[in-house]
Amino acid sequence: MSTTATTAPRTAPLAPRRRRRLKPGWLVLNTNVVLTFLFLYAPILILVIFSFNASRQQAVWVGFTIEWYEQMMRDERVIAAAKNSLIIALVSTAVSTVIGTLTALALDRFRFRAKTAFEGAMYLPIIVPEIVMAISLLVFFNTTFTLLDRWLGLTLKFGLGTITIAHIAFSFPFVAVVVRARLADFDRTLEQAAQDLGANEWQTFRYVTLPLLMPGILAGALLAFTLSIDDFVITFFNAGIGATTLPLEIYGRIRRGITPEVNALSAVLLLASIALVLGSVLLQRRR
Amino acid sequence: MSRTADVELRNVSKVFDNSVVAVDNVSLEIEQGEFFSLLGPSGCGKTTTLRMIAGFEMPTSGEISIEGRPMGETPPFRRNVNTVFQNYALFPHMTVAENVAFGLRMKRIPRDEIARRVREALQLVRLGGFEDRYPRQLSGGQQQRVALARALINRPRVLLLDEPLGALDLKLRKEMQLELKHLQMTVGITFIYVTHDQEEALTMSDRIAVMNAGRVLQVGTPLEIYERPSSRFVADFIGESNFLDGRVVDLNGQRATVVVDDRVPVPARAQDGLAIGEQVTVAIRPEKIRLRSLGTEGADGCVRGRVEEIVYIGTDTYYLVRLTDRCTVRVRVQNSQNRLDSSETIGHGEEVLLSWLPETAMVLKT
Repeated sequence: MSTTATTAPRTAPLAPRRRRRLKPGWLVLNTNVVLTFLFLYAPILILVIFSFNASRQQAVWVGFTIEWYEQMMRDERVIAAAKNSLIIALVSTAVSTVIGTLTALALDRFRFRAKTAFEGAMYLPIIVPEIVMAISLLVFFNTTFTLLDRWLGLTLKFGLGTITIAHIAFSFPFVAVVVRARLADFDRTLEQAAQDLGANEWQTFRYVTLPLLMPGILAGALLAFTLSIDDFVITFFNAGIGATTLPLEIYGRIRRGITPEVNALSAVLLLASIALVLGSVLLQRRR
Repeated sequence: MSRTADVELRNVSKVFDNSVVAVDNVSLEIEQGEFFSLLGPSGCGKTTTLRMIAGFEMPTSGEISIEGRPMGETPPFRRNVNTVFQNYALFPHMTVAENVAFGLRMKRIPRDEIARRVREALQLVRLGGFEDRYPRQLSGGQQQRVALARALINRPRVLLLDEPLGALDLKLRKEMQLELKHLQMTVGITFIYVTHDQEEALTMSDRIAVMNAGRVLQVGTPLEIYERPSSRFVADFIGESNFLDGRVVDLNGQRATVVVDDRVPVPARAQDGLAIGEQVTVAIRPEKIRLRSLGTEGADGCVRGRVEEIVYIGTDTYYLVRLTDRCTVRVRVQNSQNRLDSSETIGHGEEVLLSWLPETAMVLKT
């Protein structure tokens, strides 16, 4: 069996292999690919490499160490910032996943007035420059807090709360986009089949619609989490005093010069982001 | 034995938002335990009719009753009917057993009873042992059976089937036709079956409703529909027919004589309300016509023609015979003898005599 299987293709006439010719177009395209990858990933690679460098100096490789990672783990400010980041990411992800999914369902299922306008407005946070979003949120919170103080005597401050709300605002459209993509090729006859078999609207949603949308919803959630955990600009503007997240902490340290701890911290953030994005892609691919 | 109407449609119409009339004043009575087919070309309103019975569409006017109860706006999940969808609509995230159990789970039937009935249902459709497979791991025919089991396990009053064999290949389709008919007789449930395949409808149905352009043209047994089509559309859509336009010149009891192209008199079966001088169409099936060489005796009541084309298709041979300048007739002759040895052969261009029993030719009013 195995011998015939291996020899058969050899005896069969081979299709003439297309010879790779060095055309100018081919050269340009390949150089382009190589340069793009270098440009994109070399800095990241350098950062990760130097996070293991046994020297405080950046440019020279001395030897391998995980000292900076150990130091990072012992650093109370880093731990506090990481805790803040996680709390904000978890809460904002949970809320924006629910809002985003419901928005996607509403846009897919219902026809209502100004639907197109609503849809356009919803995608705005994806398109608008982050700095504009950051400042508009800052102004919004400021105004709201001033008015609340004046009318109700309620004193509210910037902090984890404002950061979380800001993160929900910019991440739920991403969830909505991902879930809508999933809804686009959703077979509505499955819902009809469920109803035909005696499932009411809620049961149909619970046992058929939701499980089938779940990969999309989870992918959206992972995306929201990634966006939240490494957001700098919007967080920076809406953090107030005392509420520090990991990106803010890194920025604070970099102002005093690049240290290996910062490299280590960035490497950890990078790893977490890659893992989450990869998870999101895998989930979206699942049918 | 007096049977009761299981499903009744009274003057049901459906007009969609874009003012397309999908179903136009349809009235039907479908009896208990009957295999009833809605047959028609695509877009004739047969699927919309089925969806209205299922409750996915609400009639614009008219009334649908199931088991004598008017359905009104009753949603699908409160109707005692189940549907087998055209694309099966199996839940891809559930196993075969979970798919089949779905209806019972929604009704909160105890777990052990569900397990028992799932086993029975899968055995009924000969899919025992497939419990833990997912739909995507099954062939089209197997998916089809899961869809059937999933519907039948609920013991519905009526099972609605929307072209369930459409996606299967020819051979499997023929097998499933017989299997479906057999299944229907076993479970004794009323089947309402939508199809555009006339052969399928003739094979399986107790009665057929032929639909076109939103209307029901004729309701009857396969025999009635085939042998006594009431309109040109039905005669044309089910099986093959020759249509001869002419004028009634003689009426004699059951027998009418129609003159085609003012020259050729042909015999046909008279129907009520026919008058001499009326413009009509005579419909005659190709296989009902007898073909003889001119020389033979007994030309009385025969029609003369000339063979223009001969097509051999194995079981039968088709002859295209010209009667007049404007009128040709297709004749289908079964090759019951070995044609290679047959001495009785009719050749191209030969003058022939056509004859048929007058009661096999329908007079249709135009």
